[in-house]
Amino acid sequence: MPKDGGIGASTKRREDLRFLTGNGRYTDDLNLRGQLHAYFLRSQVAHGRIDKIDTADAAAMPGVVRIFTAKDFEAVGGIPCGWQVTDKHGQPMQEPKHPVLAEGKVRHVGDPIAVVVAESAEQARDASEAIVVDITELPAAVDMKAALAADAPKVHDDLTSNLCYDWGFVEENKAAVDEAFANAAHVTTLELVNQRLVANPMEPRVAVGDYDPWNDQSTLYTTSQNPHVIRLLMGAFVLGIPEHKLRVVAPDVGGGFGSKIFHYAEEAFCTFAARQLKKPVKWTSSRSEAFLSDAQGRDHVTKMQLALDADNNFTAIRTETYANMGAYLSTFAPSVPTWLHGTLMAGNYKTPLIYVNVKAVFTNTVPVDAYRGAGRPEATYQLERIVDKAARELGVDPIALRRQNFIQPDQFPYATPVAVEYDTGNYDATMDKMLEVADYAGFAARAEESKKRGKLRGFGIAHYIEACGIAPSNLVGQLGARAGLYESATVRVNATGSISVFTGSHSHGQGHETTFAQVVADMIGIDAGQVEINHGDTSNTPMGMGTYGSRSLAVGGSALVKATNKIINKAKKIAAHLLEAAEADIELKDGKFSVAGTDKAVDWAGVTLAAYVPHNYPLESMEPGLEETAFYDPSNFTYPAGAYGCELEVDPETGKVEILAFTAADDFGNVVNPMIVEGQVHGGLAQGIGQALMENCVYDADGQLVSGSFMDYAMPRADDVPNYKVDHSCNTPCTHNPLGVKGCGEAGAIGSPPAVINGVIDALQRGGYSHVTHIDMPASPSRVWAAMNGK
Amino acid sequence: MYNFDFVKPASVADAVAALAGEEAQPLSGGMTLLPSMKQRLNAPATLVSLTGIDALKGVCREGNMLVIGAATPHAVVAKEAAADYPALAALAGQIGDPMVRNRGTIGGSLANNDPSACYPSATLASGATIVTNTREIAADDFFQGMFSTALHEGEIITAVKFPIPEKAAYAKFMQPASRFALTGAFVAKYADGVRVAITGASEGGVFRWSEGEAALSSNFSAEALNGLSASADGMIGDLHGTPDYRAHLVGVMTRRAVAAAH
Amino acid sequence: MTKVTLTVNGRSLSGEAEGRTLLSSFLREELGLTGTHVGCDTSQCGACVVHVDGLAVKSCTVLAQDVDGASVTTIEGMANADGSLATIQQAFQDHHGLQCGFCTPGMVMSAAALLKDNPKPTEAEVRHHLEGNICRCTGYHNIVKAVMAASGQDVSGVGIAAE
Repeated sequence: MPKDGGIGASTKRREDLRFLTGNGRYTDDLNLRGQLHAYFLRSQVAHGRIDKIDTADAAAMPGVVRIFTAKDFEAVGGIPCGWQVTDKHGQPMQEPKHPVLAEGKVRHVGDPIAVVVAESAEQARDASEAIVVDITELPAAVDMKAALAADAPKVHDDLTSNLCYDWGFVEENKAAVDEAFANAAHVTTLELVNQRLVANPMEPRVAVGDYDPWNDQSTLYTTSQNPHVIRLLMGAFVLGIPEHKLRVVAPDVGGGFGSKIFHYAEEAFCTFAARQLKKPVKWTSSRSEAFLSDAQGRDHVTKMQLALDADNNFTAIRTETYANMGAYLSTFAPSVPTWLHGTLMAGNYKTPLIYVNVKAVFTNTVPVDAYRGAGRPEATYQLERIVDKAARELGVDPIALRRQNFIQPDQFPYATPVAVEYDTGNYDATMDKMLEVADYAGFAARAEESKKRGKLRGFGIAHYIEACGIAPSNLVGQLGARAGLYESATVRVNATGSISVFTGSHSHGQGHETTFAQVVADMIGIDAGQVEINHGDTSNTPMGMGTYGSRSLAVGGSALVKATNKIINKAKKIAAHLLEAAEADIELKDGKFSVAGTDKAVDWAGVTLAAYVPHNYPLESMEPGLEETAFYDPSNFTYPAGAYGCELEVDPETGKVEILAFTAADDFGNVVNPMIVEGQVHGGLAQGIGQALMENCVYDADGQLVSGSFMDYAMPRADDVPNYKVDHSCNTPCTHNPLGVKGCGEAGAIGSPPAVINGVIDALQRGGYSHVTHIDMPASPSRVWAAMNGK
Repeated sequence: MYNFDFVKPASVADAVAALAGEEAQPLSGGMTLLPSMKQRLNAPATLVSLTGIDALKGVCREGNMLVIGAATPHAVVAKEAAADYPALAALAGQIGDPMVRNRGTIGGSLANNDPSACYPSATLASGATIVTNTREIAADDFFQGMFSTALHEGEIITAVKFPIPEKAAYAKFMQPASRFALTGAFVAKYADGVRVAITGASEGGVFRWSEGEAALSSNFSAEALNGLSASADGMIGDLHGTPDYRAHLVGVMTRRAVAAAH
Repeated sequence: MTKVTLTVNGRSLSGEAEGRTLLSSFLREELGLTGTHVGCDTSQCGACVVHVDGLAVKSCTVLAQDVDGASVTTIEGMANADGSLATIQQAFQDHHGLQCGFCTPGMVMSAAALLKDNPKPTEAEVRHHLEGNICRCTGYHNIVKAVMAASGQDVSGVGIAAE
């Protein structure tokens, strides 16, 4: 049994106390003295030429301090993109400027045209209505394939077309893949849409800029998953403020799911305006505004093919995907359909040849970037859908077909044909566990019972793998990343033995304040209550890349282990001095240093006190104090994997799908806090189920957002989802990070959509609707009914 | 929101007087009006709250009528109408969510006549009478298409009188985002016939499904509707359902309501 | 501006409100009670739920002037007098019923209203009751578990395959 508060214990979260009593400190809770309020006047058309902006009347409105337009930002850079993809011809992607405020043209509904800064938020909005904007509306590029036509309206006039890049991976394999298809005994083809989603963390984005002219110091408080990344991007590329004059603080943040990774115009604006006006400037997004200004997710249209030999072994995979970038390149947008998607196309299978083609397209829609899973859900959905479809075409059991093609435990480390090397895994074990927990053996009887009630019962299966714990910096550098992806930690041991940790990872729901303390406390053998975790403020934490890609524990936790090991090593030297013994003979157990084989010992606080009150201390050979910083750069991705089973019923009269049971058997390697891991899986499952059945971000032909509020964008509610059965007992620890952890944040959202859709198809096929071989997400009642009835 | 003056009269007479002012609008529970004002789609100079008028609140039985004060919240109807008109109470208990039901009122819902709201279906299917400060309006005359009613400027609903049916039920198929009705059917059986009102489906707002009524008036059973479906002409088509789908749901939800009626 | 006086968590508090001032804004900005959150503008998400005269309402869809004189309970008023967590709050911590914490105040207020009317709800009743509160983090599993546990029901083993 793990020690309470140590690694492996379901320690209750310490952060909950403030959240449960209304004492969290979210960015919008912050009100600075003399603060002004910003309101963004946004485009109501998807594409248009700005002929004139007249702010004179608005400027005279009550409370208005100043109105900003693109003119004010002439000396300022655009919002940078953090990843440059190289196309299949070796050419860099087309990279348009992304101005803070629209210059000359508006390119999506919601593109900011002007900002009113006033004494109150309502005054700012009142005045924005008095701004006269003359816009000549232009035809909009909305549908991706249409946007690539020669006569399509161009989103960016200075680019050659709306094609951002045409990427082939692995281009050298293309001919061999085509040959494998020519020689295949069976080819399964599937065309599908991975629909656009809106991340919708419950806290809308907020930015508060502040400026201290006496010290020339700017501060930005923002709802971010990675304050250091914002400081770097905004300081260096947009506003030209050096890091030592710019502090970025992300206090309590109400969820992110990717959408709060990116650097947004509103952050740069508030920081800039505060410097101009020498007063704090605050912007709080409404939910309606979030639908038009937060980067959205997914939006892939794919044709995929799977080749099999006569024995049903997978011989090749070929895909062609259109990936929507929206109107501008958001921070990590180009990497999502490429390096986070193509590299996962092998899944859990031994398929020897793979070719992935991705055409990234600019359209007059809100920019698209990473959303929980980012590229990996798209890959998993394609693969797990086509394997199911192939099994049906071949008349074989979809579980058996998967097992036959699984990479086997003795094949690790396993290099896939899409450039990644899986370290460990045991996919039959997770499949077995899922089937056992889900009582798959009893499914047939349950299906009969459903039939008696006039319902169609189905069981859908998916087995996923993801590459997370991103990422080795030298590798991602070769792939076009304009940043490193290491993580950092400073462990500051105080004189009395308590510990202040400063981490570059950011917690916005993940519970780092609890789990990171568990790691340090466990390593030293002290009570977790002795350890405090600090994060989210660039002024006191070491440079860190933040929280996304299921990387906090695998990368940030590894940095923490490294720093704590440095602390332990130094503490042992101090203990050796105090105990007059050789360093090699010092053992640390339960917070006590002892000399091996003797009863001589000094406790943790004795050593830490000696470090800060160095009266009896080897000052000639060692510095006083006990504080260490470590940076950890991973040597590989981590590869969580798992089997998901979704049991559901379709109401044949209405097409409504009800999920009856959902089972997840995940291999996350070692687990620090099982309670938190299970919670992460639950949340991911709800988002995946939401994608599969409910959520849909839709634009009409003119580029107007149809699903622009919670009245039309269907967020899963408590009565839309089941209880989940979650297991993480099958684990193959990661071989290349010190904790042996793999990451669990995105798994649920990656593995669940294909499990649900496979379940819907299974129910319909069993119910006699054999003509239904695919339904695009979301499988809404209307769509399921239409598919059943051939409408 | 645009700013406005807020007044909260204690009597219907005072409310009517306040509503005579320039650009004045009544405010009941505010569950629809306030969100639309946040989007700045509505700009009253004065909002006249009706929730401070005790005379507009309450559920009471008068002979074979159930009379509900216009400013009675859904949660109160769900509780207090349960004994006399269980189908109506059940409908009230399915509107929005518990917080919406604590504020939203029947009068507000009917005056707004959202094409997907629940209450118009019960009102029309029951052949209810809408009582205002000046007159009584039959439900058949009250609903005049999407967001449109027979109410005049400044006229306020004071109560709704529901004849209590022999049997009735409401079957709602929910739009998953808004939780309004994607299609809802209210069926009410009276001694002189059956009335069926459909909400959520038609571009014209709530309507009586006459084919369904005819079939059910001679044989009040779900089977009587077999093979019967509404026309897709004029049905709403949106993100959540095609006109065909809604037309199909008219039949399905009506059958379910008949099966559940008691 | 009009003076509005409320009894908030047992204390009489006054502030200035325009006609358009929402109860949520009045609590957050005028009274400094920032535990009540605003997560949408269409009355869907429920992060802003408070109790007004004993009834759970969405404070983002109530005008401050409309509830002048009312008694209001917010998340800040939920803990026990000695500062310890109330049963419902403690259950949320014990069962990991929150992650980012943003929807949590509304969830707790909504759950508390349910348990007042229905002290031993079934799982289905809890799920149905929470239809007006959106959480994006937890997938609801542990929220439902917490509410059931707060009502004194045994939730050991719910959904945990390894146990």
